[in-house]
Amino acid sequence: MPELVLQLTRAGFLALLWLFIVAALRVVRSDLSAASGLRASLPLPRRGSRKRAARQLVVTGGALTGTRISLDGRPILIGRADDSTLVLDDDYASTRHARLGYSGGDWFLEDLGSTNGTYLDRAKVTAPTRVPPGTPIRIGKTVIELRS
Amino acid sequence: MAGSDDAPEAATAGTAAPVEPAPAPQIATRRGQELAMLAFAAVVVTTAMVLVEINQGQDVSRALLYYGVAYLGLFATAHIAVRVLAPYADPLILPCVALLNGLGLVLIRRLDLAEASSALAAGDPIPDGLVSKQILWTAVSLILFIAVLVLVRDHRMLARYSYTCGLAGLGLLALPGLLPASISEVNGAKIWLKFGLFSIQPAEFAKILLMIFFAAFLVTKRDLFTTAGRTVLGMELPRARDLAPLLLAWGMSVGVLVLEKDLGTSLLFFGIVLVMIYIATERIAWLVIGLSFFVGGCLIAYQLFGHVQRRVTAWLDPFSDYDGAGYQIAQSLFGLGTGGLFGTGLGAGRPDLVPEAETDFIMAVVGEELGFVGLAAVLFTYLLLVMRGMRSALAVRDTFGKLLAGGLSFTVGLQVFIVVGGVTKLIPLTGLTTPFLSYGGSSLLANYILVALLLRISDAARRPAPASPQRQHGPLAEAHTEMVKRE
Repeated sequence: MPELVLQLTRAGFLALLWLFIVAALRVVRSDLSAASGLRASLPLPRRGSRKRAARQLVVTGGALTGTRISLDGRPILIGRADDSTLVLDDDYASTRHARLGYSGGDWFLEDLGSTNGTYLDRAKVTAPTRVPPGTPIRIGKTVIELRS
Repeated sequence: MAGSDDAPEAATAGTAAPVEPAPAPQIATRRGQELAMLAFAAVVVTTAMVLVEINQGQDVSRALLYYGVAYLGLFATAHIAVRVLAPYADPLILPCVALLNGLGLVLIRRLDLAEASSALAAGDPIPDGLVSKQILWTAVSLILFIAVLVLVRDHRMLARYSYTCGLAGLGLLALPGLLPASISEVNGAKIWLKFGLFSIQPAEFAKILLMIFFAAFLVTKRDLFTTAGRTVLGMELPRARDLAPLLLAWGMSVGVLVLEKDLGTSLLFFGIVLVMIYIATERIAWLVIGLSFFVGGCLIAYQLFGHVQRRVTAWLDPFSDYDGAGYQIAQSLFGLGTGGLFGTGLGAGRPDLVPEAETDFIMAVVGEELGFVGLAAVLFTYLLLVMRGMRSALAVRDTFGKLLAGGLSFTVGLQVFIVVGGVTKLIPLTGLTTPFLSYGGSSLLANYILVALLLRISDAARRPAPASPQRQHGPLAEAHTEMVKRE
């Protein structure tokens, strides 16, 4: 095979390989919004003005009614375990039942594989869900709300 | 390039997808871009194939056509499967895998040709090529890939089988170490299960099973891992009793090292566990503790085991024992040096001089024939693959998915680092396969399962959120119990 053609194909193939990378990077760029986890179709309940983050966790139902915990951004563990932030004495709660985590100005509720489930309003929580202030969280017989 | 044809493709893919009740504007599924990138990968691979054949003085024969059609058919099937089963999945993961796998096939074919010509020169019978076997393994892997996409409709269901996965993974990992050497030993490493016709490396599968277990385990227990103990040098150290899982993982890695004489797998496992704990806790202290365990383990292993010492000596100075232990690394370095910046051209080098070129040292082949520029492009493709996996981990909403996707994509990166580090004499040689590129059935099968899981998670991450349930008001504490459909 002639030397010249060999050299040309050698350079050509490397160029082709890098063209693939460039094309892939263009796909990455066109895809930035989808990959960032923001969802265009997500009906965001923004209330016009900048909402205030919740400051307090209040137990509104169950044996612990009236208990308040002030929130400082650290995660809140809820369950019957002694090292939970909110220790429940509730037969329907699991040892490690749920977790409230703060992220990007909002509190998110996450079920930790509990036996009887965690409910936000009436919906069962299967994935981390944003908790708007004032929405009841139900764990067993205990009802919790976030207040600002 | 793909932007123009994206809109109509997205529309057709949308009809194939499960109908979403969302009235919101349709989110692009990006399947059109995936198809375009797959076609591009096919062009690259076909060009590589033709170049190899021409440079090796072969006619562009019917066999070549057969290989090309097989490759196209396989990835077209995979694409259709993704279109139907995971319509919102990441558009770049599959093309990157297709490119790497295709290049691997070309390089294995290239080494087959070299073997055949040297056998011809020596008057020996021409050995059977490995490439048709590898194509067969690719086909089986893609069937498994589709099977995983069909069976795992929601990655969260895997969390329910976490302890089963953990036990199975542990069993698979330990099995070759406990079996007699006649069944499990190849070239000194006891990591195989030999079944007459073919043999597999169970550790490749154990890797994925253990990651599923660990992700589910960390989801429930991660708050324990963040419980702070004493603060040293501005780091919050964890309590001593919380170290147990890490110690267990460390013990397992050492066990693999002792019983199976396999540095690579041991390093990979410990790295995965460490990174998953780090992702779950965001505590730098875990990395520091883990790495000091690791260094300690390395020092002990070096003192106690001859095979580790041999590897390290060969790494420090491969030329001191050129005809013995250092031969493989030395040849690999010569190959990389011959390749230089732009390489010798596909099919124009002598990569077959490196022993085990088609498995452990395939990166040396890339470096010799495509040079630094080509090697960098291949590494960039891996980087893209890992990056897209990590993106999915960031975007997916549930913690289990995040941990699993993070772990899975980190594994690919770590494995490539260990292999390339070994080949280029940055770290001691460990003998792992390069994902998708190397010859080897188990590695290919396991990595396709890994990619299927990543695609499943990225599909969940990018799927538009279902419309929020309508609000009903009323005193919740007095509400009746009702059946709630599990998502």
